[in-house]
Amino acid sequence: MSDTLPPQPKPKSPQWVTATGNILRFLFRQPPSAFGLVVLVLLIGSAVLAPVLATHDPYVQDLTATLLPPSSAHFFGTDELGRDVYSRLMHGSRITLTIVFLVTITVGPIGLFVGTVAGYFGGRTDTVLMRLTDIFLSFPSLILSLAFVAALGPSLNNAIIAISLTAWPPIARLARAETMTFRRADFISAARLQGASPARIIWKSIVPMCMPSVLIRLTLNMATVILTAAGLGFLGLGAQPPLPEWGAMIATGRRYMIDSWWLVTFPGLAILAVSLAFNLLGDGLRDALDPKQMHRR
Amino acid sequence: MILDRRRMTALIGQGGSIFVTLFGLLILTFVIGRIMPADPVRAIVGEDATREVYETVYRQLGLDRPMWEQFFLYVRDVATLDFGTSIRTGQPVLTDILRVLPATIELATFAILFGAIVGIPLGVLAAVNKDRWADHLIRVFSLMGHSMPIFWTGMIGLLVFYAWLGWVGGSGRMDQFYIGLVPERTNFLLIDSAIAGEWEVFRSAINHILLPASLLGYSSSAYITRMTRSFMLDQINQEYITTARVKGLSNRQTIWRHAFGNIRVQLVTIVALAYGALLEGAVLIETVFAWPGFGSYLTANLLIGDMNAVMTCVLVVGVIFIALNVISDILYRVFDPRTRA
Repeated sequence: MSDTLPPQPKPKSPQWVTATGNILRFLFRQPPSAFGLVVLVLLIGSAVLAPVLATHDPYVQDLTATLLPPSSAHFFGTDELGRDVYSRLMHGSRITLTIVFLVTITVGPIGLFVGTVAGYFGGRTDTVLMRLTDIFLSFPSLILSLAFVAALGPSLNNAIIAISLTAWPPIARLARAETMTFRRADFISAARLQGASPARIIWKSIVPMCMPSVLIRLTLNMATVILTAAGLGFLGLGAQPPLPEWGAMIATGRRYMIDSWWLVTFPGLAILAVSLAFNLLGDGLRDALDPKQMHRR
Repeated sequence: MILDRRRMTALIGQGGSIFVTLFGLLILTFVIGRIMPADPVRAIVGEDATREVYETVYRQLGLDRPMWEQFFLYVRDVATLDFGTSIRTGQPVLTDILRVLPATIELATFAILFGAIVGIPLGVLAAVNKDRWADHLIRVFSLMGHSMPIFWTGMIGLLVFYAWLGWVGGSGRMDQFYIGLVPERTNFLLIDSAIAGEWEVFRSAINHILLPASLLGYSSSAYITRMTRSFMLDQINQEYITTARVKGLSNRQTIWRHAFGNIRVQLVTIVALAYGALLEGAVLIETVFAWPGFGSYLTANLLIGDMNAVMTCVLVVGVIFIALNVISDILYRVFDPRTRA
């Protein structure tokens, strides 16, 4: 017996790892989407490391140091209660990320479910589900969220619920349109002939096909979610003080705006940067995942 | 235009679907307004009302009746345009809304004009220069407009252009000094002041509308630019454009007369839809600019929990949205010969 083993094939990384790697490489090649990725990494980084990065406690008031302009002690100045704006921004990124995450994991599955079921079954199911979707779509999303929050009472959790309730219809429409395009395709008929149940066909064959465009849409959606959440916070219907939510920070800073520009400027820039990042990232993802759209972008 | 049978059924079908959507809208506002946790009675009688007062109002609102009956009454009220009275102003809600709506329409119209004037040429420019630096610049510019929190941009705009530079008027529709000077006829301040011949008020009003309208317009130009660009790209890639070029037409003629001529119809529908989306930004920007319009009315009622007024506002927005959709559909049919098959 020879003790030389035949050369083992290198352990291959699973397919999704390679795919993700390819997508990331693609995104990094374009300056806009690379910017989006970097901002996103910064956002996640500051959310995770908020206690380390923050130089002060975001809630501790210091009435001897109110409305100080930016300095080396307070990078972005202090607010009307002497709290450090920079530290509040860092902790605020946790709230932003939580909102985006929770809304996305609610809205994605609901939209996918409604859309694929409507598209696959067609007929009356389709009509009923799409009517429902249309009704939700016939409001601007902020107005509908406002109404929901008004009914549920203003709080961060209710804002998340309200935004989720208004954000699923576009996803459902998209998933339905995608499903319609290959509902009659051969591989679906093949699965059906093999005796697969509708649930299995939708889950195994249709949902994966819808994934790319739904992912793009969800990413672009995150920008809107952030703006809506900030708008609700600004109107006093989202996160309540003393939570360092960016929109609410702008609302309280408004009274001191003329003399203390830093109170509204920095939270606003944060919102703008994150929302722009998601938009650019969504755009880049569209190029990466959807070659059909390449020439239009 | 001849109405053959197929067109008739299509029209009836469309009318039916509009009706269903409107009905769904009513269900939605009913559910949000009456069933969700907020207590409508408390909003009227306040926190420390006696039990008797509470019960009387409870019965007056019809909350003791079965749900379906309440819904029926709600539909009847809406059908007869009876939306109840606003707790805050003591006026019928509909009167209130009709009074504040012109201010918002004025703002939104200026904004959409700005958005279209900026957005359409930029979109064409981006399409013609696809993947060159002009295209990239325009893309970033329009994405910025799409990504900015408009209430924040409004504040920064006020700070820079009003407080520091003094180029535009501050908040409100006109300078404090002029308020009440012009008789209210249509509630469109620009029209009213022009009719009354009060040109100073007119100038002041223009000064005040410039900043909020252009910011709002910028945010909607993002959408218009993107759509124009993608419509134009669809045209430019087609063979008739090559034919036009081969024929020896100048670049400008090819692009503006031929390609642009073909996307005008699509653009009209896009602008109509963008107009509806403006209402959303209007709510936020009106709060910042103390603009006495629909948005300010809505938020003021939200903050005191006047659900009656809030739900009517939501209903009105929904109806405006549906109407704009129908209008853009009709415009499409009227302007596009292919839909007249």
